[in-house]
Amino acid sequence: MLSVLALTSVVLLGIASQSTALVVNTDSEKHALVGSDVRLSCSFFSWQWTSPEVSFTWHYRPDGAKDAISIFHYGGGEAYPANKGPFQNRLEFVGNPSRRDGSILIKNLDFGDNGTFTCDAKNPPDIGGHPSTIRLLVFEKVPVQAGVITGSIIGVVLGLLILVVAIYYLMRFLVARRVFSLSMSKHGKKGKGKEGSQQKQASAVTDPAKLKAAASEKKKQESRREKK
Amino acid sequence: MADEAGLAKKPKMLVILFATIVLHLTSLIILFIATCASAWRTHGDTSYDLWYDCTQINGGYKCSGNGDADWLQAVQALMVLATIFCLISFIIFLCQLFTLVKGGRFFFTAVFQILASLFVMSGAIIYTVMSPQWKNDSDTYGYAFVLAWLAFPLTLISGLIYIILRKKE
Repeated sequence: MLSVLALTSVVLLGIASQSTALVVNTDSEKHALVGSDVRLSCSFFSWQWTSPEVSFTWHYRPDGAKDAISIFHYGGGEAYPANKGPFQNRLEFVGNPSRRDGSILIKNLDFGDNGTFTCDAKNPPDIGGHPSTIRLLVFEKVPVQAGVITGSIIGVVLGLLILVVAIYYLMRFLVARRVFSLSMSKHGKKGKGKEGSQQKQASAVTDPAKLKAAASEKKKQESRREKK
Repeated sequence: MADEAGLAKKPKMLVILFATIVLHLTSLIILFIATCASAWRTHGDTSYDLWYDCTQINGGYKCSGNGDADWLQAVQALMVLATIFCLISFIIFLCQLFTLVKGGRFFFTAVFQILASLFVMSGAIIYTVMSPQWKNDSDTYGYAFVLAWLAFPLTLISGLIYIILRKKE
């Protein structure tokens, strides 16, 4: 029973690795600013080991045109950017073929670079599969996404509101505590003279935040005692 | 004597209380409608802003998100904030009605209501100033725009009433 199961799984795996084609992954859309550089990333997934003859090809179809032109090819361990065409001297290969990354960098974008880029990867013997496309959009100014400003204004105002309320309640709490400790020290003073001041010293030590207030109160009381 | 005076004042106090609540609720409802209805600008069958551009076709609606310029998002945020603050002030008013000491003023309620009126004023002003850039000459201002401008004096008056109002009995 177990041997039949193992045999079936091996056969299925063998079939799967032969019939699953190479899958190319790219972003679907890329936004960039005029004059900036944009990195078009392309990677692939394949059941085979990465072959030394792995190849990447990039095509470009401008917006409104019917045909695509070849702009980049990597093969046999060498990168070949097109030496003629719209991307002359602006293309750089920044991918890592051994890591299955065939990304290119386009420098100094212009409005004429709007269009669709197609990445096609081949990993012999795995050569079947669909190429993947990226749509490049070049903007003069990156448009703000819907709702970003709205959400941030609402968030900031409500946050400030909550902060103000929290500070208000904190101040009330602190003032109430100070009034409580002062009334405690007054009781001590009424009962026994020196012990009252000792008690106040003890309370001042246990609450270092009110050291200043306690010290000023102590000075006042000592001056009062001197006057008496 | 004091009891009779108190009894004679009671219906007057109730009337003032009722009128204040009605005014507050009216401004709250107007704010809700102005914020949620997407009809700040109309052009025949199409209504634009604050959130969608909707066209009435064959009895149904076809809506698409509007361009979302920066100033429009600021108006959206201010209207939402004004509605939230008006709602908060109503809740605080109900709380203060039962917990305030005798003779106290409804300060918190007034603060939130006046803040709400400031927000709706800013939102309406921004929209009035910036929308001619987007408006075709044949566009007219819709009912939501009018309601937003109406909400501003209502909330302001309501807030001022809360400053003057004092809790008796």
